[in-house]
Amino acid sequence: MLEIKNLSARIGDKEILRGVTLSVPDGEIHAIMGPNGAGKSTLSYVLSGRDGYEVTGGEAIYNGQDILALTPEARAAAGIFLAFQYPVELPGVGNANFMRTALNAVKRARGEAELDAVAFLKLARAALKKLSMQDDMLKRNVNVGFSGGEKKRNEVLQMALLQPGLAILDETDSGLDIDALKIVAEGVNALRSETFSALVITHYQRLLDYIVPDKVHVLAAGKIVRSGGPELALELEARGYAGLEAA
Amino acid sequence: MTALPTQRLESWRYTDLRALNAMSFAEAPAASLPDGLPDIGVPRLVFVNGRFDEAASSALPFARNFAAVDEVSDLPLARINAEHAHDGVTLEIPDGVDAGVVLLVSYANGGALHPRHRVSLGAGAALTLLEVVKGDGVYWHNPVTDIVLAQGASLAHYRLQDESQEAFHLATIRATVAADAAYESFTAVMGAKLSRAEFHVELTGAKAHTHLNAAQLLGGSQHGDFTSVVRHKAPDCSSRQTVKSVLCDSARGVFQGRIEVERVAQKTDGYQMSQALLLSPTAEMDIKPELQIYADDVKCSHGATIGALDEEQVFYLRSRGIPEDTARSMLIRAFLTEALEPVTHEGAHALFEAAIETWWARK
Ligand SMILES: Nc1ncnc2c1ncn2[C@@H]1O[C@H](COP(=O)(O)OP(=O)(O)OP(=O)(O)O)[C@@H](O)[C@H]1O
Ligand SMILES: [Mg+2]
Repeated sequence: MLEIKNLSARIGDKEILRGVTLSVPDGEIHAIMGPNGAGKSTLSYVLSGRDGYEVTGGEAIYNGQDILALTPEARAAAGIFLAFQYPVELPGVGNANFMRTALNAVKRARGEAELDAVAFLKLARAALKKLSMQDDMLKRNVNVGFSGGEKKRNEVLQMALLQPGLAILDETDSGLDIDALKIVAEGVNALRSETFSALVITHYQRLLDYIVPDKVHVLAAGKIVRSGGPELALELEARGYAGLEAA
Repeated sequence: MTALPTQRLESWRYTDLRALNAMSFAEAPAASLPDGLPDIGVPRLVFVNGRFDEAASSALPFARNFAAVDEVSDLPLARINAEHAHDGVTLEIPDGVDAGVVLLVSYANGGALHPRHRVSLGAGAALTLLEVVKGDGVYWHNPVTDIVLAQGASLAHYRLQDESQEAFHLATIRATVAADAAYESFTAVMGAKLSRAEFHVELTGAKAHTHLNAAQLLGGSQHGDFTSVVRHKAPDCSSRQTVKSVLCDSARGVFQGRIEVERVAQKTDGYQMSQALLLSPTAEMDIKPELQIYADDVKCSHGATIGALDEEQVFYLRSRGIPEDTARSMLIRAFLTEALEPVTHEGAHALFEAAIETWWARK
């Protein structure tokens, strides 16, 4: 269970989150929509521990633990995963080596047995297949020269391997073709369980046809200004965000 | 007696040898090879405090006795070496022979050492020479290596400079590369309080090739200087240099690279890249590229970058559960990848990988 209470954060002296309150119970998937510049990516970065944000108030509790005090790697070990809006390229770092190092670091932190190269490859190949990705993606450098859609799939591949308890997907659907969108949605749906929850940030109702959310929230100017069921996304699609900021 | 060069000499502008000048070195003490020096299962030649240690070395069919040195250059350090040299490796590989891999281990723990190494490969001959230089305490190691490659010969020369942190290491490496021959080198610099590796490579026959790569990994108040002069004296030759420096604390790195292209050296392909990662605000890198081109149909490029680790990349790795220190070391390892390209021998590659890891753990 993720509970965000009255969370405020700024970059320099620019106030970006102005008291976000939101809770995502275990087993649920919530969508966050909202205009450009509302603070959606900022929220996902603050939850995953990126440097450069000053939390000026409020808290974020995941499974009873105050996550804002943890390093990014400790948050990952606790089960939090962020699929980046703009996945980062790592020239010189092989994708397979990257993912095995990550998986084993998380396993070590959780007190589980690590995987050797052979066992990892078997696991990774199976995950690639499910996402209709080519095996040679593992040999390439992380995200280097990947197309926009390939980068997004690579994020979902990492998520499938790391098996998070809480996934934050920041516009994972943007840049995906229709088939890829379905595949990515299946990747998320495959993780659905009593112990998995997700925050899905998107601009498009279309994704929510495939990943049906339990709730939809609208984040505008650093605050949740409306929450509702899946029908809220349809309403936004028809009317836009006009008038919501004031609500 | 030749004097040490001073910073008034243009080629020594960035490296100050006054600390060395102020020291006097007694005769290198007799010492034996300590345990734990690298052994990658290939024939090895061992030097301890500048003397050949026959008992610790393999008998090689193409090793020759040391012969007196006649130094014709005006390079001050090579002249000083010549004035003192009394030992060194001499390898002569006959035409067409692939001599495999030879490990040259130098260990020192005192004194001033001036070994003179000579490696010559006959037409079409091949050799991989892996040099590992280690030591303890204060000493001055001033090796000169002269390399002659006949037509079509191929020498892979890998050097791990892991001297004591209190030592001075000033190496001069000169290679003459004939037509269709290749001198592929990689130097890793981790040791010594003050070091310089100075390469002079002459491409004397058509289609001669050289790779002069280096990785300098320095911390504390270490000073590391990588200087190269590549002379293209024949057409269709290529030279490639990738020099990567990772500097912590108040370390200072220097790269001086000169490419000279003579009038006859048409279709020269020269490439030089120097990149530095500064991991501390007090680290410093000085880069001086020089191109002197007298031919008109050539392709020569050089570039230099100096920067810090990309914190966005560090965060990406950490967000996947990778601890910060591991994340940084992965990115540094990635940064060095291109420099290690000439190291195609697996055992040598593994040795460098391990040395880089050890360096990161102790830095
Ligand atoms: N490093 C920064 N320095 C200054 N302002 C920043 C910085 N990062 C983000 N901002 C600002 O914070 C606001 C929120 O940005 P954020 O990326 O969270 O928006 P978003 O809701 O994800 O938008 P989009 O839908 O376009 O992805 C924007 O006005 C943005 O310009
Ligand atoms: Mg965003």
